[in-house]
Amino acid sequence: MPADGGIGASTKRREDVRFLTGNGNYTDDINANGQAYVYFLRSEMAHAKINGIDTSDAEKMDGVIRIFTGEDFVEVGGVPCGWEVTDRFGNAMQEPRHPILAHGKARHVGDPICAIVAETLEQARDAAEAIELDLEELPAVIDMKSALAKDSPKVHDELESNLCYDWGFVEENRDAVDEAIKNAHHVTTLELRNNRLIANPMEPRVAIGMFDRTTDEHTLYTTSQNPHVIRLLMGAFVLGIPEHKLRVISPDVGGGFGTKIFHYAEEAFCTFAAKAVNRPVKWTCSRSEAFVSDAHGRDHVTKIELAMDKDGNFLALRTDTHANMGAYLSTFAPSVPTWLHGTLMAGNYKTPLIYVNVKAVFTNTVPVDAYRGAGRPEASFQLERVIDKAAHEMGIDPIELRRQNFITEFPYATPVAVEYDTGDYNATMDKMIEIADLAGFEKRAAESADNGKLRGIGVNCYIEACGIAPSNLVGQLGARAGLYESATVRVNATGSISVMTGSHSHGQGHETAFPQVIADMLGIDASQVDIVHGDTSKVPMGMGTYGSRSLAVGGSAMVRATEKIINKAKKIAAHLLEASEGDIELKDGQFTVAGTDKSVAWGDVTLAAYVPHNYPLEDLEPGLEETAFYDPANFTYPSGAYACEVEVDPETGKVTIERFSAADDFGNIVNPMIVDGQVHGGIGQGIGQALLEQAVYDDDGQLISGSYMDYAMPRADDVPFYTVDHSCQTPCTHNPLGVKGCGEAGAIGSPPAVVNAVVDALRRAGQDITHIDMPLTPSRVWQAMQS
Amino acid sequence: MTQVTMTVNGKAVSGEAEGRTLLSQFLRDGLGLTGTHVGCDTSQCGACSVHVNGKLVKSCTMFAIEADGAEVSTVEGEADEDGTLSTIQQAFQEHHGLQCGFCTPGMVMATKSLLAENPKPTEAEIRAYLSGNICRCTGYHNIVKAIMAASGQDVSAIAAE
Ligand code: FES
Ligand code: FES
Repeated sequence: MPADGGIGASTKRREDVRFLTGNGNYTDDINANGQAYVYFLRSEMAHAKINGIDTSDAEKMDGVIRIFTGEDFVEVGGVPCGWEVTDRFGNAMQEPRHPILAHGKARHVGDPICAIVAETLEQARDAAEAIELDLEELPAVIDMKSALAKDSPKVHDELESNLCYDWGFVEENRDAVDEAIKNAHHVTTLELRNNRLIANPMEPRVAIGMFDRTTDEHTLYTTSQNPHVIRLLMGAFVLGIPEHKLRVISPDVGGGFGTKIFHYAEEAFCTFAAKAVNRPVKWTCSRSEAFVSDAHGRDHVTKIELAMDKDGNFLALRTDTHANMGAYLSTFAPSVPTWLHGTLMAGNYKTPLIYVNVKAVFTNTVPVDAYRGAGRPEASFQLERVIDKAAHEMGIDPIELRRQNFITEFPYATPVAVEYDTGDYNATMDKMIEIADLAGFEKRAAESADNGKLRGIGVNCYIEACGIAPSNLVGQLGARAGLYESATVRVNATGSISVMTGSHSHGQGHETAFPQVIADMLGIDASQVDIVHGDTSKVPMGMGTYGSRSLAVGGSAMVRATEKIINKAKKIAAHLLEASEGDIELKDGQFTVAGTDKSVAWGDVTLAAYVPHNYPLEDLEPGLEETAFYDPANFTYPSGAYACEVEVDPETGKVTIERFSAADDFGNIVNPMIVDGQVHGGIGQGIGQALLEQAVYDDDGQLISGSYMDYAMPRADDVPFYTVDHSCQTPCTHNPLGVKGCGEAGAIGSPPAVVNAVVDALRRAGQDITHIDMPLTPSRVWQAMQS
Repeated sequence: MTQVTMTVNGKAVSGEAEGRTLLSQFLRDGLGLTGTHVGCDTSQCGACSVHVNGKLVKSCTMFAIEADGAEVSTVEGEADEDGTLSTIQQAFQEHHGLQCGFCTPGMVMATKSLLAENPKPTEAEIRAYLSGNICRCTGYHNIVKAIMAASGQDVSAIAAE
């Protein structure tokens, strides 16, 4: 059993107390002395030429300090993209400039055109109404396939077309895959859309820029998942501010889910404007504004073909995807449909030949980037849906078809360039069958039938690659930065510890879970350890939190730094105990000379490290603080098997989730309670994607679902209790904790389970239905049943 | 600007408000009670929930001047003076009913009024009652569980925590 408060304990979260009492410190809770407010006047047209901007009346209005337009930023860098994809012909992707404020053209509804800085937000808003915009509406490019037509209007006039890249992977396999598909006994084909989503963390984005004239230092408070990345991108590529003059702070952040990874124009604006007007400048995004300015997620249109032999063995897989980039390239956008998607197309299966083609397309919509899972949910969804259809077509049980194609030997090198280190897909499948009580399904289906409802069951597997990422590898794949993580462990004189970590916590509970690891290693109480994160002036470097990387990468850095601490502390203890270093053992916070009862406590050693009377000064520097950088050797590969049971009301098409079960393999677990919570949250979002959520644009590029009235967020009565289990554990072999990451699994594994279940329910009712596109709203399901 | 006076968490307070100042704004910017959060601008998310004269209210749907003379309670008034968490707060911590914490003040205030109206709500009653409060982090599982626990119900049979 785990030591109390150490690795494996469901320690209650210490951060909860401040959140439960209203004492959280979110960015919007911060106000600077003398701060001014900015309001962004955004384009209401999806595509428009900016012929003129008349701010003269607005400038005279009460409280207006200054009005900025795109002209003010022509000398300033644009919002940079952090990943360059090379297309299948060896050419770099097309990469348009993304100005801080629109210049020349506005390219999506929500593109900021003017920024009004005023004494109060109300005054800024009032002044915005007095600005006269002379916009000439241009035809909007919305549908991806039409965007690629020769005669399509262009989102960026300076580019050749609306095609960002045409990516093929693995290009050398292309012909072999074509051939295998042509000659196969059976090919199952499915066309589907992975619906466009909006991440919607409950805290909207906020930025406060400050400038100190005495030191020339800029400070930016921002709702970011990775303040150091913002410092790097904004400092180096946008505003030209060296790191030692730029401090970025992300205090308590109210959820991220990917959309708070990216560097946004508003952050750069507030930083720039604070110096220009010599006042702190604060921006608080309204929810309506968030809908048209936070990067969206997903939005893939895919055709997938799975070739099998007569026994159902997978022979080849071919996919053809159009991926929406929106109007500009957001920070990680190009990597999502490529390296975070194509490399996962093997799934849990030993398909020998795979070819993935992705055309990334510019449209007059909000930029699209990573949202919880990022690329991996798109991969899992199409694969698990096509397998379900294949099982039906081949007359093989869907679970058996999966099992017979499972990868069972590890390490396993997939044909899509990654190597799975560990996994046991049969184990998670067995566990899922048990916790989902599949044996009891028929009985429950009969009960549903008695109530006039159609019951269905959907199962699926998933795999993801997280613990992002091996720097060298991602560099070869186009990442413009390595993706290691760092940690500094500072032991204070009396033995308490501050850990400076580059990982950022915005709901994941690092303040509780990370100390559990250190407490376990040192044998001290976790309450002795505090986590410091989210401030570039306190934490030397960090790449932040996304891709379920915090514990696998950030935690590993912390372990390495703690190992260095232990090594040094042992040297000090050896000196104090007049023993040889090799004989010193650390257990339960005591350093003992092996085989004797001579020992010295943790606190005595730490005190000696700082204020010694008796210290080996010739051999050892005083002090006890160590930093480690950790670069993972590989991705980690969490996997699992999910089951969803639904009831469909044949009268209305309404789908109700009756049961949801998830059996995951996350490797080792530090805090099971937190892991469960992460899975619950992911499943909630996955059910949202499957049943409720969709960002809808009309042909003119207006976002129809631009508020919570129209964009259906999952609510408490849309979801059931979930049954989750992570007792199947095949520890990661290449990080010191053996952990794999759990943040995205639920969102990756759940959408196919839901759709498989609904299709199953309709099929059992005698309907010849093979697919319904998400979200499975009552009207879509009802219509499918009528056709 | 109008002078507005109200009792917030048992203390008489006053401040200036424009006619268009929302109660949520007044609490946050006027009184510095930033526990009340603003998550939307269409009265849909419930992050701003407070009690006004004992009733659950989304404080973004009410002007500050409408609350003149009212008794308002916010999440800051939930714990005891000495910091001891209320039963509801304890249950949320015990059952991991919060992650990022942004929806949490609204959830706590909604729970308080739910349990005042219905001391032993069923799962379905809890889910229905919370339909005005969005949480993006938890998938609601542990929120519902925490509320059942706060109402004294045995939650040990509810899967996984
Ligand atoms: S801020 Fe009041 S309901 Fe969303
Ligand atoms: S805990 Fe983050 S929104 Fe509920």
